[in-house]
Amino acid sequence: METQFTRAVPTENKTAVVFAGDYLNKLTGEKIERECKLRLDEGCTELVVNFSQTEIVNSIGVSILLGVIDSAANAGARVIFSEVNEDTVELFDMLGVSKHAAIVKTTSNERRTTIE
Amino acid sequence: MKIQDFRQVNLREVAENKNKIVHTFGALAELGYEVANKGNFQETIRTSLHLVLGSLGIMRGGVARYSRFEHELNMLAVRGLGENFPLSLSLCYEDERQFLTNGLHPIEICKASVLPFFQVYDRTFETTRLQLMLPLVIRDETVGAVVLGEKATGEPYTSYDKEIICAMGRHIGGAIAQRNMLAELERRSDENRKLYENLHMTYNDTVQAFAAAIDCKDKYTEGHSVRVGKYSEIIGTELGWGEDEVEGAAVAGYLHDVGKLTVERKIINAPYRINAKESAELNKHPAIGFEILSPIHHPYTDVPLAAKYHHERLDGHGYPDGLYDRQIPYIAKIVNLADSFDAMTTDRPYRRRRPANEVFEDLQRNSGKQFAPEIVSAFFRGMLKELNGESKKKEFRKLLGREFMETEGLAISLKNALNGMMPTSKLTMIGLD
Repeated sequence: METQFTRAVPTENKTAVVFAGDYLNKLTGEKIERECKLRLDEGCTELVVNFSQTEIVNSIGVSILLGVIDSAANAGARVIFSEVNEDTVELFDMLGVSKHAAIVKTTSNERRTTIE
Repeated sequence: MKIQDFRQVNLREVAENKNKIVHTFGALAELGYEVANKGNFQETIRTSLHLVLGSLGIMRGGVARYSRFEHELNMLAVRGLGENFPLSLSLCYEDERQFLTNGLHPIEICKASVLPFFQVYDRTFETTRLQLMLPLVIRDETVGAVVLGEKATGEPYTSYDKEIICAMGRHIGGAIAQRNMLAELERRSDENRKLYENLHMTYNDTVQAFAAAIDCKDKYTEGHSVRVGKYSEIIGTELGWGEDEVEGAAVAGYLHDVGKLTVERKIINAPYRINAKESAELNKHPAIGFEILSPIHHPYTDVPLAAKYHHERLDGHGYPDGLYDRQIPYIAKIVNLADSFDAMTTDRPYRRRRPANEVFEDLQRNSGKQFAPEIVSAFFRGMLKELNGESKKKEFRKLLGREFMETEGLAISLKNALNGMMPTSKLTMIGLD
């Protein structure tokens, strides 16, 4: 199933890609959180949040992403934040978000996994 | 480590700290804006929790409001605490005292096991990995609490973190205190409203009891005061008056004959046309009614005036003062018509009630002499509306009976009467000018 936020990726390990908007605030953030929970309930084992269109993540956005990480952990799923810009990576590092999710920067396609 | 390396590490730390300060102050500013905007309270609290968690990268937490009546912390917003986390946390007197003494400073849960609260909820806090509790003490009153889990970095809370949490807690506590104050104001206003309604009901009951007492004196005019009250109410409504004014008109009608309480029963109940002496005695009742009603603080100031002047006529031939048209208080003109109409349409010891068409002709003929034309018109309109089914209330039917209201050609007579009514009379124009 595809929605405004997600794109189903046909892989064996049930990966779902969720797109964060241009500004991750409460309104868009809560929609994304709902979407992620829906995917997890459907049995998704790998959740990719794509930040290619996201310029800013504020405190509310961080809280929501921590919520996504928590839900995924409870469901035994893995979380990947992909195409994250430099500023957001710094923010995630500073607040410890990167300790709980694999981060893939925008500049290189190298996947920076902090938790295995 | 070389000096150059040391400098590099130091610069990185400074840069990191700067970013942290910018991020947390951004969250603090956003929280201040959210609280000041006074939107939906529940939404404000939910956003506040997001901002606290997101500013320092805290994995889970909750915001509770303290109920001093229930001695409970009721959770308003939670994140990551699971479905089993209790919605209410009870506090004992000692907990309340300690929280108040502690003030708005974070308590490390693992070090606070001496308090009954942390002993009772020890298991809950452990399973949800809660680490800090911030009692929201605002102006020497505990209004709520914030509970926080571990930081995403896994590091312990620093004094800087705690300062930020306190600053944010002050905002959240302020929002809850403000909400409490509003709720208290609403409660008091509700209490006042109920009190006013009770008083109002008591007043109306008293007025109706008085009306019944007045009517008891006269076996032939039983229910007269109540009917005059109802007719006055109908006239007020037809004149487009507000709810309170209409009620005032009804009260004036109910009490217009209160002075009759002092008139001898044999005069009131005389089965013949009374003589001049008896008539003089009876005619004192408007002035006596005024004396009785004046010292009472009625919600409607014109009530005593209606009692005093309800036998005055526009042409100056009424009593007790022989006033002309505009000298007569408006409420007295209304009660005068209602009183006269009831007198014409009920049996008296010395005559039977008069037929409907005859009554309307009388009212129309005396319009501008005894009665104010616009009041007669309003009264006719009220009755016509009921006859045409425009008004759902069946007041006239209840007051006059089916036979009267089903008089043949009644609606046509009323229409003709209304068409023939002048807005005012010659006498009105000559009377005072």
